[in-house]
Amino acid sequence: MAQTKLTVNGKAYTIDVDPEMPLLWAIRDVVGLKGTKFGCGMAQCGACTVHLNGSPIRSCSTPVSVVKGQKITTIEGIGTPDHLHVVQQAWIDEQVTQCGYCQSGQIMSAVALLKEKPKPTDEDIDLYMQGNICRCGTYQRVRKAIHRAADSIQEAKPAAAKKTASLDR
Amino acid sequence: MKTSNINRRNFLKTSGSAGALLALGFSIPAQSEDVVLHKIPQTTLGLEFSPYILIDDTGKITLLNPRPDMGQGTYQSLPALIAEELEVSLDQIHISQTNGQGKYGSQLSGGSSSVRTRWMPLRKAGAAVKEMLVQAAANKWQVPVSECYAQEAKVYHKPSGKSFTYAELVGDASQLPVPKDPKLKDPKDFKLLGKNIPKPDVPLKVTGQAQFGIDVEVPGMLYASIERCPAIHGKVASFDTTATMKVPGVKKVLKAERAMPHTTVETVAVLATNYWAAVQGRKKLKVKWAPVNEAALSTEKFSAQMHELAKKDGSDFAGNTGDFAKAYGEASKKVQATYETPFAAHAAMEPVNATAWFKGDSVEIWAPVQGPDGAIGEVAQYLGLKPEQVKVNVTFLGGAFGRKAYLDFVKEAVFLSKQVNAPVKLIWTREDDMSQGPYRPAMLSVLEGGIDEKGNVTAFHHKIISESIQKQVFKADLKGKADGWAEEGIGPKDSPLQIPNIRRSYHNASTDLPILWWRSVYASTNVFGHESFVDELAHAAGKDPLDLRLELLKDSPRFVKVLETAAEKSGYREKLPAGKARGIAIARSFSTICAHVFTVAKTTDGVKIEKVVSVIDCGMTVNPDNIKAQTESNIIYGLTAAIKSPITFANGAVEQTNFHNYPVLRINETPVMEVHIIDNQEAPGGVGEPGLPPIAPALANALFNLTGIRQRKYPLELV
Repeated sequence: MAQTKLTVNGKAYTIDVDPEMPLLWAIRDVVGLKGTKFGCGMAQCGACTVHLNGSPIRSCSTPVSVVKGQKITTIEGIGTPDHLHVVQQAWIDEQVTQCGYCQSGQIMSAVALLKEKPKPTDEDIDLYMQGNICRCGTYQRVRKAIHRAADSIQEAKPAAAKKTASLDR
Repeated sequence: MKTSNINRRNFLKTSGSAGALLALGFSIPAQSEDVVLHKIPQTTLGLEFSPYILIDDTGKITLLNPRPDMGQGTYQSLPALIAEELEVSLDQIHISQTNGQGKYGSQLSGGSSSVRTRWMPLRKAGAAVKEMLVQAAANKWQVPVSECYAQEAKVYHKPSGKSFTYAELVGDASQLPVPKDPKLKDPKDFKLLGKNIPKPDVPLKVTGQAQFGIDVEVPGMLYASIERCPAIHGKVASFDTTATMKVPGVKKVLKAERAMPHTTVETVAVLATNYWAAVQGRKKLKVKWAPVNEAALSTEKFSAQMHELAKKDGSDFAGNTGDFAKAYGEASKKVQATYETPFAAHAAMEPVNATAWFKGDSVEIWAPVQGPDGAIGEVAQYLGLKPEQVKVNVTFLGGAFGRKAYLDFVKEAVFLSKQVNAPVKLIWTREDDMSQGPYRPAMLSVLEGGIDEKGNVTAFHHKIISESIQKQVFKADLKGKADGWAEEGIGPKDSPLQIPNIRRSYHNASTDLPILWWRSVYASTNVFGHESFVDELAHAAGKDPLDLRLELLKDSPRFVKVLETAAEKSGYREKLPAGKARGIAIARSFSTICAHVFTVAKTTDGVKIEKVVSVIDCGMTVNPDNIKAQTESNIIYGLTAAIKSPITFANGAVEQTNFHNYPVLRINETPVMEVHIIDNQEAPGGVGEPGLPPIAPALANALFNLTGIRQRKYPLELV
């Protein structure tokens, strides 16, 4: 066990964990942010994707010791239902999600892609997003949503989800 | 099953008011399609009939969603059925998930059944409450009911323009009798049903705020990871915990069990203060497993077992017509082929997990289960508790595809919580999830067809050989007869081929490898051989495969319409350039008909799947965009099964462990998909599964047309 300093979504945390603990479990079980998901534990599925200094990494295979002191961004740091990121808004507009479990990782990858390539082609999207598995098979809508987000990224003002039924969670 | 007072308090809390309340539930008598509506007096709220609709005098409207959401959209579709008739808009309601208690009827998400079985009951419930509110308003105004109408949670008096909110009417309306046969809206007046309405869960799911089973936190809980015998049916000979207990955070190691429907196996569980520590401790365990009987089990041996059975005459399914043997004997051309589908894993993105808290005389569970009512029943039986002593909280399900109707993981968590006297969150690793089952059963299809000298198909026989879910999971005694469940997708209703002599028969191939429903279940395996073979017959008869289908299905207009639409939308009749080909297949399952046309092309890297055009006839629609989404989902899920790795086993152990050796379709392999919905007024059919069965045969048929090679076994090779 060792004291490790993490900066997650702009907030500083000091956590006392095994330095080998993957960032995923530190974020989920210690920091307490559950939006980042466990899918495979071996960087095969992308459900655990977060940003390290703005670039996507697989948090399930990244020990906390490697990322200490650096800037980590999770899905919770991208936007909220009241202040959506354009990518999240595009995901709603295209009704991408089904079960939704992989979508935090999909969105984190898509946000990073658009930073690197503001106007990606289908081929760019396929190349960049192929590390993110979706068993509901939402891939075609992921493509559409990324194009939609790219189109509206210039006017990247926060948007709130349209009012709809409220749920228990 | 009686519900507890806890439930009643929850509903009163939900209502947020101690004042007047209108609550309506329904029950569906056994052996009946009819729905009986029940008004629930405040004094017995939650005690007998659980409400589907709850309106209080603050104006809060709560609708209950009776089917867990695993991606199929029940948070939109089912409340919309109530809201449409209740005349409220979706932004005026709060939706709660039912928890398995009360007389809600089945709460299992499965069999593509949510809309098709709840279409009438939920609409009737909404319509009944609306009529009570309108009557209450008419009474207050002392005007005829015919002068009043409801809209957006208000009742209006047409001549005067006066209005009451539902909240203002709740007190009076709750005193009125429940109309037995409320008038339902004319579909042409629908404002919600049949429209592309955004799903209310999407904003939560794109912001990381939706709570899945794996996200549940209970104060003081321990995290568990369980070591399992690679040969599944393990018995622990001995285990050494020395190294495990030295891992910081590990609190306890104990012998545990996995209770499956057909057997209970021994395991070793590690409990720790965080999940990572539990996994690290598990890696350091030294477990000796006792030799198990089925250690010699292998994919090859099971396949040989099926092929051996194939040589024998099977048991007939009901509904065979004519005399197959005679007609086949007399046929001028005989065609015979054998198709084989392997075991398949569900591999939902969220590995199975459950959190349980055993409190002595009761247990509370938080888990991504497909059916909370089933979970209550199974856990109560497992622990020797009464159903009312088991509380289940359903979370969002990170995919399920059938897997999360198998409740072994819930019982594991319950077992551990009871042993350590603390709340326990159990998470299976991906390796556990993939290599421990249950799986879609492997299957062998033997097909025989006879063609007369004029090119007419006169005889058709489909023999299927498979393990029975009904037998292994639900303890049914097949008594040597055909397993009626196993005919999905190819029975007389699902495959109404106009062939004078048709036989469908069955052999049971026994295995202890855990099996269960997998998206579209038997239809997913049966239809591969069935619809590939129709193509083989077409080629043997010198006919176009689409033309033969139109001929054999000519008395089934809905099939014909789907086929013709698929041909038109895909340009099936237009010639393709060299190096490209199309293939078609059609199937009915879960009361819905779906056809796919694949376009495949030769490239320097092998065959590319360029496009899939799908046509689906699921009767009246609730949410067309979601029907398209579910069909796209079925295409990808079905393609993965058809062209990627099968589940194989050697020495009794499954050989696939994670996505590197059980790869699934990724975005760069995703073809262009185009889904068309047939517009009609038929009763709603299922949507979550029917797109899947015709995928593999449509691809196999396209590959044959491209390469001249008929592939009869998964994985289909794109070469």
